[in-house]
Amino acid sequence: MRWLHFYLRFVVAASLLLIVAGGLVTSTGSGLAVPDWPNTYGTFMFAFPFSQMVGGIFYEHGHRLIASTVGLLTIGLAVWLARIEPRRWVRRLGWTALAAVVTQGLLGGITVLYFLPAPVSISHAGLAQIFFALVVSLTLFTSPGWRTGPGGYGARSDPVLARLALAAPAVIYGQILIGATMRHTGAGLAIPDFPLAFGHLVPPQWTTGIAIHFAHRVGAVAVTAMVLATAGHLLFHHPGRRELTRPALLLSALVLVQVGLGAWTVLSGRQVAVNTAHVAVGAAAFAASVVLALRVHRERFADAGADVRPASSDAAEPIAGSEARA
Amino acid sequence: MRHRTFWILVSLAAIAVAGACNSRSDVPPVSIVPEGGGAAANAVGATGTSTVSGSITFEGEPPAPETIRMNSDPVCVKEATNTETEYYVVGDGGGLGNVFVYVKEGLSGSYSASGETIVLDQQGCRYTPHVFGVQVGQTVQITNSDPTLHNIHATPAVNAEFNTGQPIQGMSMERTFDQVEVAPDGSPMVPFKCDVHGWMNAYVGVLDHPYFVTTGPDGAFDIGNLPAGNYVIAAWHEMLGEQTQNVTVGDGATANVSFTFTAG
Ligand SMILES: [Cu+2]
Repeated sequence: MRWLHFYLRFVVAASLLLIVAGGLVTSTGSGLAVPDWPNTYGTFMFAFPFSQMVGGIFYEHGHRLIASTVGLLTIGLAVWLARIEPRRWVRRLGWTALAAVVTQGLLGGITVLYFLPAPVSISHAGLAQIFFALVVSLTLFTSPGWRTGPGGYGARSDPVLARLALAAPAVIYGQILIGATMRHTGAGLAIPDFPLAFGHLVPPQWTTGIAIHFAHRVGAVAVTAMVLATAGHLLFHHPGRRELTRPALLLSALVLVQVGLGAWTVLSGRQVAVNTAHVAVGAAAFAASVVLALRVHRERFADAGADVRPASSDAAEPIAGSEARA
Repeated sequence: MRHRTFWILVSLAAIAVAGACNSRSDVPPVSIVPEGGGAAANAVGATGTSTVSGSITFEGEPPAPETIRMNSDPVCVKEATNTETEYYVVGDGGGLGNVFVYVKEGLSGSYSASGETIVLDQQGCRYTPHVFGVQVGQTVQITNSDPTLHNIHATPAVNAEFNTGQPIQGMSMERTFDQVEVAPDGSPMVPFKCDVHGWMNAYVGVLDHPYFVTTGPDGAFDIGNLPAGNYVIAAWHEMLGEQTQNVTVGDGATANVSFTFTAG
């Protein structure tokens, strides 16, 4: 189980790299630089020469190569879980991750063959986040800290925390979908100034692009408020619960960085590196919010209290990996 | 909760597989045979002895061309013969090149497509020509003269979009357009782009008659063999948009029409 957990950390890192690669495809406008799929210019994907990965092909074909690697890693993950994981729901989650990554590959292919229709590209972006959250969750579920069971009173004794912790990933995911819609409809610069919109608090004129863009800014305010409220609540009411305050503080930091990157994206005219970092930090924030929610609701899981091994000193240091990696 | 998530993902996968099975074929069909004459225009379009000629002038200081950085593809760096942007091609006398001039209104009847093949070449990681016209149903031959890969991606608003790879030097393919498409309502003519080399772009205007021409750097144009009549002549530039003028021309006569574009 220990090796599986480390393997999962590796899968998390590879998945984040994959999200960066996918973000680069859109940020550089390279989504159609390889017109065919699953082949690359008529050549079997893995046989396509590196020397021909020029211009936009570098991003698109590179994304496909990394994606295939993550797909293989996920097959290994699902099989490994099926062989040694005693909890049925964790094994099922492994197969779910595999189904997600396969679907993700198909969505990627469909969007290329149909010239990047926005609904398909947005689904591809949205499913990427779900897959990433799945592998981060699996990393959490296989960690020593998780398996020693709830560390103390949990969600049931603090309904406010319970709701905040569940609402945060929901609001963040909604915000990510709005962001994906903005990216894939080319509305990233629909409002060219920041923090104002055309010099006003609310845009003086409206188009679909401006509406999507403005919704993403409103969403940013909502996410920031929600996340800071959650972190504040934890620090005020449960300052000793480090396995909760740490992901909450990490999440707060990520969200603040994310707002800065969003502003920078607009002000830099969608500079590729900034724009792509904005995608990656968004994924990290979503994953951190999922980890926090899962830990707050730890006692609701079927394996709560199942592992009766005495908590080692290692286990008392709860799972540094998953949220730091995320 | 986790069961629901599982089944949602399984259904998503099923939908995606179903979608993919329909779309596995390599290249989407793009070349559609023209329908011959439209319902309203069944008479054969007339030709004549009239000419509309004139010139396109750019007034003021044109924005300086920018140098394109092609270093994302070493082959382009080596092959390039022209690394300057072609947005404003202004001749010595202020003539404006790469302007597509065409008869927008005034013709009746249907004109069969010219048998002449229009060649769009990719050379030195640029498109040649940069702006051109083609008749509905007329063959456009797209060739790759570069020892590198290009994808030819047309993004029309009315015609069918296509995106095809040409990974090998000397490759050639033929395409036709089956609908009239010239700068409808302020949108561009049919754009061609290469997503490998983001700087590569070209525009094609698709018309159902042969009365069009693209200006060279002298800005002069000459549209001959027109029947006498009243016409709306349009001039379209990729950065400066479209202008139109009315003109009347008699048999054997030449009518002069001049357009002036200014920056901004
Ligand atoms: Cu190219």
